[in-house]
Amino acid sequence: MHPVLILVARRVALGVLLLWAASVLLFAGTMILPGDVAQSILGQSATPVALANLRAELGLNDPPLTRYLNWLGGVLQGDLGTALTNGQDIAEALGRRLGNTLFLAATAAVIAVPLAIGLGLLAARYRDRWPDKVISTFTLATVSIPEFLLGYIAIFFLSVNFRIFPSLAAVHEGMSLGERLYAVSLPALVLVLVVLGHMMRMTRAAILNVMESAYVETAELKGLRPFAVVARHAFPNAVAPVVNVVMLNLAYLVVGVVVVEVVFVYPGMGQYLVDHVSKRDVPVVQACGLIFAAVYIGLNLVADIVSIVSNPRLRHPK
Amino acid sequence: MRRLPPAALIGLVFTGLYFFGAIFAGLIAPYGMAEVVGDRWEPWSAAHPLGTDSIGRDLLSRMIWGGQTTIFVATAATLLSFTLGSVLGFVAAVRGGFVDQLLSRFVDLIMSIPSLIFALAVLSVTPVTVPVLILVMGLLDSTRVFRLARAVAVDVTVMDFVEAAKLRGERTGWIIFREILPNALSPLIAEMGLRFIFMVLFISTLSFLGLGVQPPLADWGGIVKENREGIVWGVPAALVPAFAIATLAISVNLVADWILNRTSSLKGGRGG
Repeated sequence: MHPVLILVARRVALGVLLLWAASVLLFAGTMILPGDVAQSILGQSATPVALANLRAELGLNDPPLTRYLNWLGGVLQGDLGTALTNGQDIAEALGRRLGNTLFLAATAAVIAVPLAIGLGLLAARYRDRWPDKVISTFTLATVSIPEFLLGYIAIFFLSVNFRIFPSLAAVHEGMSLGERLYAVSLPALVLVLVVLGHMMRMTRAAILNVMESAYVETAELKGLRPFAVVARHAFPNAVAPVVNVVMLNLAYLVVGVVVVEVVFVYPGMGQYLVDHVSKRDVPVVQACGLIFAAVYIGLNLVADIVSIVSNPRLRHPK
Repeated sequence: MRRLPPAALIGLVFTGLYFFGAIFAGLIAPYGMAEVVGDRWEPWSAAHPLGTDSIGRDLLSRMIWGGQTTIFVATAATLLSFTLGSVLGFVAAVRGGFVDQLLSRFVDLIMSIPSLIFALAVLSVTPVTVPVLILVMGLLDSTRVFRLARAVAVDVTVMDFVEAAKLRGERTGWIIFREILPNALSPLIAEMGLRFIFMVLFISTLSFLGLGVQPPLADWGGIVKENREGIVWGVPAALVPAFAIATLAISVNLVADWILNRTSSLKGGRGG
């Protein structure tokens, strides 16, 4: 078998293992913590009967391992359980919200990724000159303000003072794509700002790292034209780090979405998760946590696979 | 001692100011933390330099008290994550083998779940109090410190003086604290600044989501949450914490950069 295939297969297996371990961790984190879960859900004033009922409903009387296996078995068959607070089927409630969240994240990614790579290249090209300095100052400013505040700043200026964009990202079925895009314009803008800084900085570092390596210098010294140096020598080696940067930031985006959704009251997974954390609805929290972890692990997995596949040294083994 | 670069000076002054304000909040704040002194969302005036908040409390006082909470929680969590992460990181690097594998893989696992999501999952079953918040944030963040500490320590452990200490039979504790720590301190201290900023953002985010510091205790994230309805009416009260968080984060960043640059020249890196 080709060595690259073996590496990829091994990485995929590791990803599956990680996901499984993450499910154990999430389950353990929400179930076997010190203190009585039923008590903390119902509060101090709960009657003993109510506590006993809730324990039975949650299956708290079973040993933890049985509970975990039941839960995992359900998840594998697409059954995420029912929400404690309203008895709704979680998988059903999550379905559309997951779509909304992915739509928002994808919109932000489509804008942020090309922009970040372009600006990162610009910063690397004009290293230590003014474009580079402007870009790093901007980065420092955006990473120093939390997402939710960027959101409110955007609302304050762009939708209250200038009335360009809507302040609430209300989407519902039957909206056309254009209307949808307009509705999510502000949250998408905030998400772009959140990841742009990191992505530009990391792209810049990755490109500089390649451009300063010995083989690029050799190529220059042997008299290749600049374009050939970049196309033949620098680019193939820069793909992996840049893709890695992009994937890491997309994974970060998935988390940033949680907060931004709350700010803009956007009907996505993040808002659902936060709502149910404060209601102490454990099954919903577990389900959402698992989905977020799966997306996060998945993106990291793709990043690693792309860097394995695009690495010229691995593709052409001696 | 080289002259202090202006950026680092600005950073030190502002960081100092914020910590001073946090420690002496009781003396500086013109009003009490939960004292209602006026109408809701009064504009900026001489009596209330930043106006009043959603239920008529003096916003400047809220900000000062809130700074105390936010900075205290962030500092405590940073210290926890730092102590735990660096000690475990050093142990992993010195011991190597099985211990290293076990710790490193466990850290990989925790880092495979986004920390905000993990924190939310844990906070959904634990009571949301300040000690619990510090513990959760500190433990989750110690994974990042662990990785850095281990990476730095692995470089140091191969040095001759560590070898010599091992050969003369020093215990692991001695090797960690007397041989490795002094040589790994500067990158760790610079990282400490970044972790602190991250903690400030983290606790503000949690409080904003209603899962951090609970009212009536003030904190910067909570102030945003309390005043966010005002935004739509054009009341900028909720944006005031943005200014505080951003200036604190930037000044700590400047200090951390300076420490890192100052010390990396020792190892033949770029000075500055």
